[in-house]
Amino acid sequence: MDFQDYKGVWVFIEQKDGVVASVSLELLGAGRKLADKRGVELAGILIGENVKHLTKTVFEYGADTVYVYDQPIFKHYRTETYMKALLECTDKHKPEIILYGATSTGKDLASAVATDLPTGLTADTTELDVEEETGLLLASRPAFGGNIMATILCKKYRPQMATVRAKVMKALPPQSGRTGKVVKETISLKEEDIRTKVLEIVKETVKKVRIDEADIIVAGGKGLGSFQGFQLIHQLAETLGGAVGASRDVVEAGWIDHAHQVGQTGVTVTPKIYFAIGISGAIQHVVGMKNSGLIIAINKDKEAPIFQASHYGIVGDAFEIVPILIEQFKKALSIEKVSNTSEG
Amino acid sequence: MLHIVACIKQVPDTKIIKMNPKTNTMDRRTAPAILNPYDAHAVEEAVRLKNKYGGIVSVVTMGPPPAVTAIKKCIEIGADEGYLITDRRFAGADTLATSYAVTKAIEKIAKTNSVDLIICGKMSIDGDTGQVGPGIARRLDIPPLTSVNKVEEINQEEGYAIVHRKLEDGYEVVRSTLPCLFSVEKTINEVPYSPLPNMIKAARYKPHIWSVDDLEEVDVKQLGLKGSPTIVSKVWAPQKPAGGTFLEGNPTSQVEQLLSVLLEKKELFETKEGV
Repeated sequence: MDFQDYKGVWVFIEQKDGVVASVSLELLGAGRKLADKRGVELAGILIGENVKHLTKTVFEYGADTVYVYDQPIFKHYRTETYMKALLECTDKHKPEIILYGATSTGKDLASAVATDLPTGLTADTTELDVEEETGLLLASRPAFGGNIMATILCKKYRPQMATVRAKVMKALPPQSGRTGKVVKETISLKEEDIRTKVLEIVKETVKKVRIDEADIIVAGGKGLGSFQGFQLIHQLAETLGGAVGASRDVVEAGWIDHAHQVGQTGVTVTPKIYFAIGISGAIQHVVGMKNSGLIIAINKDKEAPIFQASHYGIVGDAFEIVPILIEQFKKALSIEKVSNTSEG
Repeated sequence: MLHIVACIKQVPDTKIIKMNPKTNTMDRRTAPAILNPYDAHAVEEAVRLKNKYGGIVSVVTMGPPPAVTAIKKCIEIGADEGYLITDRRFAGADTLATSYAVTKAIEKIAKTNSVDLIICGKMSIDGDTGQVGPGIARRLDIPPLTSVNKVEEINQEEGYAIVHRKLEDGYEVVRSTLPCLFSVEKTINEVPYSPLPNMIKAARYKPHIWSVDDLEEVDVKQLGLKGSPTIVSKVWAPQKPAGGTFLEGNPTSQVEQLLSVLLEKKELFETKEGV
């Protein structure tokens, strides 16, 4: 394998119903930095049916080139078809680095592509850098379930690949009218040769919890002791008009659904206010909330690492503090309202 | 007769693992080893399908000799046979080298009884990647179906499976030819307490134990650390943020201070009130 042949940074552009996934836009931002440092092109690889028009968005968010596979066979995401397009395109144009969003689709695709190439794949990356001289990708992620980061390298294979967590990288502000080179690709795949068929897509009407969109999140951890104890979190969230978040062990204990889990294996959130109550603050939790505007921690243990990640900390018993907070907050808010009304 | 293979892993229980404060690493000696919780759902689903359609469930794992305990746990859930591949040459494997070794084991299992379906858990709680399942499917050249949260039908005669794959806003119904591989979500089933006869069977059960030399056509260069394209170059403790201000005093005074911080952002609460 001659590394000289491998050039450029690629981002897999995930799209659905004619919209580019926000994680792909974030990766274009991150990829732009890597490409500039290395002095190479940033390209998007866009696969789907009726997706050509999305190239405009991909350019506006930083790509120089977009490789497009726009064929009916790509109507639905399927590992087999998307993988074949990516493998073919990689073989033809030889990128040095390929980034994917760490979504279920991105992870599914990247795992398959990495096996076939073969090459190394780092999962759920939260920090990216590149060595200017060698092009070596430095992909870092929390590791070993604890308070530690690991930097993963792939020295002997190209391309180097990583899946990257959503909401960790920053998208560039879109530049209206920015444009680049569209490379149209086609693949000769016959539908009858594909072993999987999507029979139906069912949208669930039940309102899904999207804590990543909340301005205020009240998150609770194992320190609340029990399912009953955790109800305190719901009460405070309701009072503040916020969403409920949880640490991993709370979700694994079954106190609340996985959709509420904040952290490496849950959701990454950036609310304006984040409460961490009874959460010790393992790095795998902290990576999911550290960019919140205001972080307030309540914990019995003064040494809990969560205090290091917080703007304000209260050492104390949540069962004592939170009820007072609920009461005082309600009082303060009603005074505010009264004074607003009298002014108005 | 369906032959279902469930791929499992023994992992340290990260929930109760202690950190070594000096090195900032996991103290594995303090952590009890358990069956990876996601894999328990994979085995449970395999057993349910066996009970519905008839067949046998084999479990396979790569790991050190004590991983026998995890296999026994699977026998308790209802698996019929267990295979442990264990060898120093497997050590240090990343996901690519792991999928290679496990594939070799599955190929050997399939020689005596061909495999119709492989089921993996969504991911392991220590590695957190979810990459090994799809990797095995690619190596066997069978379709990988990830995020499976319901199995609608397995039709061995006509050679297809129909499953639901979880999507962000619902699910898709997918039909695949058999054999294929599922990575299943935790929500696919609940793992009940094991019936007593299974527990007795598990206590007496002796899994098949294979070394590299027991497997066939193995390229040892693709095993373990040597066969792993990714390497951990360094582990580091992230720079600790400066940390904030502790609000001191008795609970009432602490809450008062907190309240004044919160009310600096009162526009957040007002808009919420207005909705």
